[in-house]
Amino acid sequence: MPETTADIANLQAPMQRPASPAPTRVAIRNLDFYYGTNKALKSITLDLPEKKVTGMIGPSGCGKSTLLRVLNRMYDLYPNQRAEGEVIMDGENILNQGVDLNALRSRVGMVFQKPTPFPMSIYDNIAFGVGLHEKLNRAEMDTRVEWALARAALWSEVRDRLRTPAFGLSGGQQQRLCIARTIAVRPEVILLDEPTSALDPISTLKIEELIDELKQDFTIAIVTHNMQQAGRCADQVAFFYLGELVEVGPAHQIFTTPKQKKTQEYITGRFG
Amino acid sequence: MSATALRRRRGRANSLATILASAATIVALAALAWILVTLLLLGVPGLKPLIFITVTKAPGSGGGLSNAIVGSLIQTALGTAVGTPIGLMVGTYLAEYAGTSSLGNAVRFVSDILLSAPSILIGLFIFSVLVAPFGGFSGFAGAMALAVIVIPIVVRTTEDMLRLVPVSLREASIALGAPRWRTIVFVCYRAARDGILTGVLLAVARVAGETAPLLFTSLGNSGYGGLGSAMASLPVTIYQYAASAFDDWVQLAWTGALLITLGVLTVNIIARLIVRRH
Repeated sequence: MPETTADIANLQAPMQRPASPAPTRVAIRNLDFYYGTNKALKSITLDLPEKKVTGMIGPSGCGKSTLLRVLNRMYDLYPNQRAEGEVIMDGENILNQGVDLNALRSRVGMVFQKPTPFPMSIYDNIAFGVGLHEKLNRAEMDTRVEWALARAALWSEVRDRLRTPAFGLSGGQQQRLCIARTIAVRPEVILLDEPTSALDPISTLKIEELIDELKQDFTIAIVTHNMQQAGRCADQVAFFYLGELVEVGPAHQIFTTPKQKKTQEYITGRFG
Repeated sequence: MSATALRRRRGRANSLATILASAATIVALAALAWILVTLLLLGVPGLKPLIFITVTKAPGSGGGLSNAIVGSLIQTALGTAVGTPIGLMVGTYLAEYAGTSSLGNAVRFVSDILLSAPSILIGLFIFSVLVAPFGGFSGFAGAMALAVIVIPIVVRTTEDMLRLVPVSLREASIALGAPRWRTIVFVCYRAARDGILTGVLLAVARVAGETAPLLFTSLGNSGYGGLGSAMASLPVTIYQYAASAFDDWVQLAWTGALLITLGVLTVNIIARLIVRRH
């Protein structure tokens, strides 16, 4: 399947090539997005390279969170929001009518700004998502829950209280639980929408280390307001401004020698 | 006006408002305390174990309240059991599916009207559809009248509580690929569970003391009766006995009133404990 995506990516010649030779996992082509009549994204073309972290930066309201919500069709919940253009994954435009949204969301997971544990036990928080897509027996589910929690660097902290309510965890633990819940479904892409903005520095550090771990297996897109975080986590950085993709490139290049003046101004803190 | 004069004037206004508010509180609490004290003084002397095992009897022959207590428990339980699922489903429809559609607004409007409808009307309605056509009063008809009262209460609390569930929680569930119904049943209901349960308990407390809907439906019975025949209940027994000329019946009416009050109080306290748990 990856070949198909790569083929399409080659055919459509992306504006900027990612520095690494990683194949494209998600190809965004000429994407426009509307909240009612208000155009929030303007002709975005961007590749998410496989098993890399793409950082999305830009001032509030620039459209970066909107873009994430297109990638798992979250916007479909709201009747007056619509997207035009193409988002190609495994050779298929996921914006098409008739795409199975629940199946899509099992392939493209999302972690939100604020930790959102479900009002159930730690174990059930993980099992809930898995049970939606796979029929596992008890032992298999136990294994999956342990795997996901271990992968999210939470297992050692919660192994003795899997049956207790998830609300009992600290904010940082709750956010790692949400990450565990997302990866338990075994998606291909993980979307992180400012995952550390509600967390203290130590929890933030843990999540960032986790992101570094997770990119071995998952393609990751992270929206962040924190430039240092983008620098630490991302392989590729995309800078958005007023609904437009101003510049995309390898993280070190964006932060050291940006090509656009706007990018330069933003990363040096002159606005935003 | 100088600053001092202004401050003095505000101080006076403040004192006056405090006095008025306190006085109003005292009046309200005093009325409540008066009711409770009267109930205890007049009800407790009749509170003997015998009344729980003896049915209502003719004046002067040592009757009890057991049939009324059992009848009230059965009708309240059945009314709640029938009304709760309907109310829950309507409330879910209103909160999750209806939005501001015209059907949704119509349902919401009708439900709110039902919420404030005089309960004697509900009794008459059930009389005309479940008593008159079937040729007799029944405990079942009484329970259905109570169910009609339960429904709008549960509709209102279910809708309100589901609307309090944060959007972020719904989105988190949907982002995992959960269909809408699973999100509602497994995430939203759980998040709103305590609030909905409290609403159901308040509905129980409300219908346990209802008299008017039962007058034309289950009527009352000097024996235990049953769902298919006329059935006794505490409120109707109180209504009949309190106005009688017999001292022992009046005593039983007071004791019955005390029992209902204690029952409703218990249910309310349970509801409060549930709310306070979080």
